[in-house]
Amino acid sequence: MIGADWKRCRAEKRSAFRRLSSFFLDPLVHARWGDWRNALRFSALRLLVSLAVLCGAGSAQAVRPDEMLTNPALEARARDISRDLRCLVCRNQSIDDSDADLAHDLRVLVRERIAAGESNEQVIGFVRARYGDFVLLRPPFAIGTALLWGGPLLVLLLGGVAIARFYRRRDEPPPLSPEERQRLSAMLGEETDPGSAR
Amino acid sequence: MNRRGWLYALPVLIFVGLAAGFYYGLQIDSNTLPSALIDQPAPRFDLPPLPGHEPGFSSADLAGHVSLVNTFASWCTPCRAEHPVLQALAATKRVPIYGINYKDKGDAALSWIGALGNPYTRIGADDGRVGIDWGVYGVPETFVVDRASRIRYKHVGPLTQADLDRTILPLVARLEK
Repeated sequence: MIGADWKRCRAEKRSAFRRLSSFFLDPLVHARWGDWRNALRFSALRLLVSLAVLCGAGSAQAVRPDEMLTNPALEARARDISRDLRCLVCRNQSIDDSDADLAHDLRVLVRERIAAGESNEQVIGFVRARYGDFVLLRPPFAIGTALLWGGPLLVLLLGGVAIARFYRRRDEPPPLSPEERQRLSAMLGEETDPGSAR
Repeated sequence: MNRRGWLYALPVLIFVGLAAGFYYGLQIDSNTLPSALIDQPAPRFDLPPLPGHEPGFSSADLAGHVSLVNTFASWCTPCRAEHPVLQALAATKRVPIYGINYKDKGDAALSWIGALGNPYTRIGADDGRVGIDWGVYGVPETFVVDRASRIRYKHVGPLTQADLDRTILPLVARLEK
C-alpha cells in the first residue's frame, strides 16, 4: 500500500515538474522560427512574475495598509517593535504576524505612540505595564528567567564535562587489581629470570 | 562492577522525574496569564454608555467601594455561560458589578441585556482601548477593585458560582473590612 502511494506520489511530482517546466518553456518550444526573441522575452516574464509571487507569499504579514504610518522611518520602527511584542491571543505569534483583533489594536496603538514622539523603549514599556513580561517575545534576564537564558550554556557545560571525563577515562586505563598485579609481576619475574619460575 | 549498579537505575529515575515534571505541567492552566496590574491603580477611563442606555462608566465610579468589573461581549460564548452567575450575584446586591462591553457593534449589547437580563450597575461601551489599559486579552475577564480603586484580583474566563464562593466573595469581604 505504502509502495503504491509512494509511486503515485513520485508520478505526481514528475507530472507537476513537467507541467511547471512546460509553463516556462512552452513559449519557446511553440515559437515559430524568427519569433524566438519575443518568445524568450515572454518566457522570462513568466519566470519573473512567478518568482515575484513566490517571494511575496514568503513574507506574509498581518499589517494592513490602513494601519501603516506614512513616514517610512517611523513605520520601520513600528515594525521592529511589533515583531518583539507577543500577541496574547495567539501566544506564539508576534503582533506583527497575527491577524487577531487584539494584535490589530496593539499595532495601531504602537504606531500612535510612535507618531506622538515616544521612543521604542517607552512604547514597549507602555504595553509591558499592561500585559507584563509575557508580552515580550524576548523575555528580560531576571531570576525567574535565569534558567531560560542560562539553560543552553548549562547544557553546553554539562556536555563538555561529560566529553572531557569520557576521554580522560579512555586515556587512563583502570588501575590493576591485586591479582592482576601479582600475575604481572610473575610474568615480569619470568622474563628477567627464567630460571626462578621453574 | 557493583559500584556502577546505580547507573542501571538512572533511566528509571530520569523517567520518573520527567513524568512528574510533565504531570505538574499538565496541571498548569496555560490560558490564564498572570496580570501585570494586580495591586496597581485601575486605569483612568471614561466610557460612553450603550446607545440610549445611560449612564456610561468611568473610573470615577469605582472610588470609595469594593466592586467587580466584568468585561463582556455579545459575541462571546463563555460570557453567555457566565451570565446567569452574574445575574444571581446581582440579585443578592452583595457587590456592584460594572460592565465593560468589549468591542460590540451597534445595539448588540442592548439586545443581549434585553434578552438575558442586566446584572450591571453601569455599562460602558469600549472599542478595545480601555480593554488594553486593563490588560484584557480575551473576554470574559473579571476584576476585583478595592476602595482605593486598585485592582486586587483578576479572573480570566467565565465565572462560576464556585469561583465566586471560594475566591471572589471572600476577597470582597476581606477588602471591605
